[in-house]
Amino acid sequence: MDTHIQVKDLNVYYGKQQALKDVNIEVPKKQITVIMGPSGCGKTTLLKSLNRFLELTDGTRITGEVLVDGQNIYDREVDVTEVRKIVGLLAQRPAPLPMSIYDNVAYGMHIHKMRNDRKEYKAAVRHYLEIAGLWEEVQKRLHDPASSLSIGQQQRLCLARGLAVEPEIILGDEPTSALDPISSQNIEARLLDLKQQYTTVIVTQTLRQAKRLADHVIYMYMGEVIESGPAKEVFTNPKHERTRQYLEGLF
Amino acid sequence: MGMKKKYWQRRHLMELFMKTIMRISLVVVAASLGLILWTVVMRGLPAMNWDMVTQVPKGGFYMGKEGGVLNAIIGSLYLALGGTLLAMLFSLPIALYLKTYLGASKWGHYVRLSLDVLWGIPSIVYGAFGFTIMISIGMRASLLAGIIVLALVELPIMVRAMDEVIRRMPTDLEQAALALGSTKFEVAMQVVTRQMLPGIMTAILLAFGRGIGDAASVLFTAGYTDRIPTSLLRPTASLPLAVFFQLGSPFPEVQQRGYASALILTVIVLAVSLGSRWLSSRLNKYTVK
Repeated sequence: MDTHIQVKDLNVYYGKQQALKDVNIEVPKKQITVIMGPSGCGKTTLLKSLNRFLELTDGTRITGEVLVDGQNIYDREVDVTEVRKIVGLLAQRPAPLPMSIYDNVAYGMHIHKMRNDRKEYKAAVRHYLEIAGLWEEVQKRLHDPASSLSIGQQQRLCLARGLAVEPEIILGDEPTSALDPISSQNIEARLLDLKQQYTTVIVTQTLRQAKRLADHVIYMYMGEVIESGPAKEVFTNPKHERTRQYLEGLF
Repeated sequence: MGMKKKYWQRRHLMELFMKTIMRISLVVVAASLGLILWTVVMRGLPAMNWDMVTQVPKGGFYMGKEGGVLNAIIGSLYLALGGTLLAMLFSLPIALYLKTYLGASKWGHYVRLSLDVLWGIPSIVYGAFGFTIMISIGMRASLLAGIIVLALVELPIMVRAMDEVIRRMPTDLEQAALALGSTKFEVAMQVVTRQMLPGIMTAILLAFGRGIGDAASVLFTAGYTDRIPTSLLRPTASLPLAVFFQLGSPFPEVQQRGYASALILTVIVLAVSLGSRWLSSRLNKYTVK
């Protein structure tokens, strides 16, 4: 297994409450890793430790290391904006920026000055909208407000926007939970298409989604990682009693 | 039928009672404001004529002879626009800094508290403060001094109004931009300011309204003159002071012109409000609701 992200002895506290306890995991490169577990078990906290989003909440304390390609992203010398450029996030609810469809996709490329002229930006915007499967629907209305899109379209726009800054890792925080079944399927299909090129980490509440997407599974309970490994093994032959109970729907 | 409304029930009576109180307060406030407007219009309208808005005071104006208050109209517009612009230059960065870097921290709390205190200080104190500084540096009453003091009067209102607006910025929107690798500064300038533009406009307008209607702060600092100011270093007239001086006159014609001047001031504020509403409705095309 080619490891892309390695989490070492990670502990996270919100004030006095400990949200993650001694988490040690490895996330394989260019595969889909799914984090599962009951609500409040720390799934999202673990996910948000990977793009340094935890520090946006006041009173959060983090110890341990998160290594991306061997580099600890919590190192003092590391530029957080570079971390977030490499580690993209697809949020639970799509949050289009207050600008046009075109500008939403171009925004990230602009702040990182990734293209040279208008023509290149235009081509890149089209390219990423195509990858997200949105181009056909929006090509005639690129300058409409992004908020005029349906919620499913908005989530695909957010995907295009995230991919446009050329990340290596995509994080998904229950990225389909706010969507209707058709839009969810659409997003899932995109994620499966993209796993050849990106390391993907998804948090999900739905076991069926986990089974459809996962190459690798992390099962969490009460802030601890109970079990992690290849999806086949964990789903068919869980090592831990808790994982088995969860998979059988006992809690 | 069990679903019939029982009007005598305590909760229905309570609703009726509270609704009545709300209606009464609305009527009382609307009626008092209406009465003020009515007085201004009824007393001012007879004295309104073309000369009032196109002429400066001529000899004998203050005894009821011809002339107008163009000097005060132009003076007030210069003062209020200048003051608002200057206040804006400082307010937006302060408000964005409060939100972006101070947040709900101890320092943020202190800054907000001191702004609230500044808001409550009567504007004559600002005027007197400005006057003291002017004397110490040998400056005379002028448009520039008036603009600076008005900017100080407007600043706390503008910052706090912007702050209240900007604090309501949806976090997921901010985080969306951060997730792409924006710096906090980029988020403030390109996302927060855009999303909150209509609210920021309202804050500016609120401050402008206070600025243009304020008499006390410009009394010592901008002075008063019958001429239209031609330079920042000349004194200037203003509408609130024009109203004040004319209403204090023993001549009924001049008093009427005081009401007419107040009417002009009201119309200017109304026009600016409507104008900025229109502008912000054009600007919020991309705002995420």
